[in-house]
Amino acid sequence: MARTMTGAEMVIKALQDQGVEHIFGYPGGAVLPIYDELFQQDKIQHVLVRQEGGALHAAEGYARSTGKVGVALVTSGPGATNAVTGLTDALMDSIPLVCITGQVPTHLIGNDAFQECDTVGITRPCTKHNWLVKNVNDLARVLHEAFYIAKAGRPGPVVIDIPKDIQFASGNYVGPSNIAHKTYKPRVKPDPALVRDAVELMASAKRPVFYTGGGVINSGPKASQLLRELVRLSGFPITSTLMGLGAYPASDKQWLGMLGMHGTYEANLAMHDCDVMINIGARFDDRITGRIDAFSPGSRKIHVDIDPSSINKNIQVDLPIIGDCAYVLEEMLRVWKAKAPQLDKAALKAWWKDIDGWRARKSLAYKNSTDVIMPQYACQRLYELTKDRDTYITTEVGQHQMWAAQFIHFEEPNRWMTSGGLGTMGYGLPAAIGVQLAHPKALVVDVAGDASILMNIQECSTAVQYNLPVKVFILNNEYMGMVRQWQQLLHGNRLSHSYTEALPDFVKLAEAYGWTGMRCDHPADLDDAIREMINHKGPVIFDCRVAKLANCFPMIPSGKAHNEMLLGENVSDEDVSKAIGKEGKVLV
Amino acid sequence: MINPNPQTHYAGPSLRQDVETRTLSVLVDNEPGVLARVIGLFSGRGYNIDSLTVTETEHEKHLSRITIITRGTPAVLEQIKHQLERLVPIHRVRDLTFEGVSLERELALVKVAGKGEKRIEALRMAEIFRAQVVDTSIEHFVFEITGKPGKIETFINLMTELGLVEVSRTGIAAIGRGAAAM
Ligand SMILES: Cc1ncc(C[n+]2csc(CCOP(=O)(O)OP(=O)(O)O)c2C)c(N)n1
Repeated sequence: MARTMTGAEMVIKALQDQGVEHIFGYPGGAVLPIYDELFQQDKIQHVLVRQEGGALHAAEGYARSTGKVGVALVTSGPGATNAVTGLTDALMDSIPLVCITGQVPTHLIGNDAFQECDTVGITRPCTKHNWLVKNVNDLARVLHEAFYIAKAGRPGPVVIDIPKDIQFASGNYVGPSNIAHKTYKPRVKPDPALVRDAVELMASAKRPVFYTGGGVINSGPKASQLLRELVRLSGFPITSTLMGLGAYPASDKQWLGMLGMHGTYEANLAMHDCDVMINIGARFDDRITGRIDAFSPGSRKIHVDIDPSSINKNIQVDLPIIGDCAYVLEEMLRVWKAKAPQLDKAALKAWWKDIDGWRARKSLAYKNSTDVIMPQYACQRLYELTKDRDTYITTEVGQHQMWAAQFIHFEEPNRWMTSGGLGTMGYGLPAAIGVQLAHPKALVVDVAGDASILMNIQECSTAVQYNLPVKVFILNNEYMGMVRQWQQLLHGNRLSHSYTEALPDFVKLAEAYGWTGMRCDHPADLDDAIREMINHKGPVIFDCRVAKLANCFPMIPSGKAHNEMLLGENVSDEDVSKAIGKEGKVLV
Repeated sequence: MINPNPQTHYAGPSLRQDVETRTLSVLVDNEPGVLARVIGLFSGRGYNIDSLTVTETEHEKHLSRITIITRGTPAVLEQIKHQLERLVPIHRVRDLTFEGVSLERELALVKVAGKGEKRIEALRMAEIFRAQVVDTSIEHFVFEITGKPGKIETFINLMTELGLVEVSRTGIAAIGRGAAAM
């Protein structure tokens, strides 16, 4: 099977053998041999971004919306350092990426050569694994291993750093093989005894809640299917993290909405008061738990995770189950069906009654206006007018991201792409480009903030080059709204540098890139304008002028417990400014 | 009882536990950067390293053994183990302290300078501790001492009174008792 070829040829051959169809990249001196090979083939389409950061986020969007590995190709030095944010983002959100970086020739490594940087050193803490390939005969193996590591277990980004002389050198190519990796063998099948215990615990529950996360999405569509079946069979309520939205249909009556800092009242109260918590593929992140010592104090906790280091990291659990969500859910379902457990119907009925009481608080309610567009209203209308289409949503980071999560609902997994763990402004536009490339016919909307969108605005040019009709829906409040909200909460409403005084004219900006620009500033015009955006064949920037000082509620202030939530409708500015105590202030 | 890090979300009273010292033995592929991965993990996540030694121990298989002495609450120690196991080139992580009695040895080179009574006393002490003289002049000795870390500590403390100049220590090598491998 071994064939002789150059390192650069091996890169392309390995990508083809791994079934890669699209890669995102930016050329430079240290990757020219690979670009030359790309030029001489047509199986892999290369998408030229405008900044390497864009390539990484585009690859993330591509990966999240397809379940495939995203691939990026960048040059040495500044190309590699520009990739760092995207790598870290993918690491935090467990997104499988393979990033190939060029490097100065081996004999120059360590000499401070032109465009040299210690790529493996810099990316070591922000990748799942990385390699510097110094022998061309290792290259093919490393390339295939990279795809395995990126996908296997808890997915994540990997970097392969290839010096330029290795790209020119000839060596033996080997194809992908099924030889087991010698050290990295994550456990995917659960211990059946633990699953039996878990089902028993679930069956005995009086106040159960499913708390699910991105792990269900990463596990693949089958996991979502199995989750639906188990949740319906049990009749238990279910909530999910920001990363897990779509695994369970938001239209279902058992769905409580998202939980966490800006989650619904019913979801957070159910978490606080439950007696059995069934965590599937979520990691007890601080945005979810709030104050640790007051987190769901009376519950016994089941935690299903593929990564043993997630167990007992933030929250001590009673019943950890290591495994891939799909395998674990399949086994849970099998045991559940075999046992057909007797549930405590009376207790569950009372529990649903409590939940209905919390639901009646309507924690997402906001005061609408007939004069100005409320950002929540904009998200609601965007949802209503796009829900019957084949729609994918990405976001930037800030208030708009939380409003999108609250008011745009998902029925299917892989439809929602947002930077959860790292919270990277500038993620949404390149991610939308990656999504659109994978789903050319779909409607892809980046719900953006006026500040965030400027962080990777250059990618508008990429969308034009590849005919990608993405829509950027900016909730333009002229502020870095989320920063302003925290300054109001924590810093006496001293709005230090959170107002963008010289925002561009987004309509003209769109036009400069060859996009269509639209503006809407009145609620009565909003629906028609959104329809026009949707029906437009090309890419659109929609400058939606919204209320400038709206705050995102409900909110669990930092350092507080789930049952100390601030609800939107009756919070005064006074409450807001006093909501966070001294200990809460140091938290982010 | 200590709260390891009062500034984070992760330190609720329910997590207050006593700090313990553990000896971890870590079997890794001896490939470039593997030590940096281990050290980076400890510094990046705020774990302690009291001692660290590493050398290739199985040359044909390119396996190295890293011995780490670390401190933390049981919860943190469990995290350290799982985080290490997540690193791709790591074969195995064993907590020798937790799993039973382990043997721990260290070697130190101890330079002592002085004359007269102090010099004679230093040599007498070295004999008691079974330290070897590996270099000498009229004005100095270099002692080589091996043993449990505590013994070496005691010896060095005694030498501070007797003209201690400098010390070089290997760090701790550890192995589990009994016939089985890690
Ligand atoms: C790269 C980066 N820098 C800084 C931040 C901190 N940050 C979080 S939200 C936010 C404001 C975002 O403003 P905008 O995009 O206008 O959205 P809004 O909150 O107004 O909806 C900032 C600066 C971040 N998340 N990412």
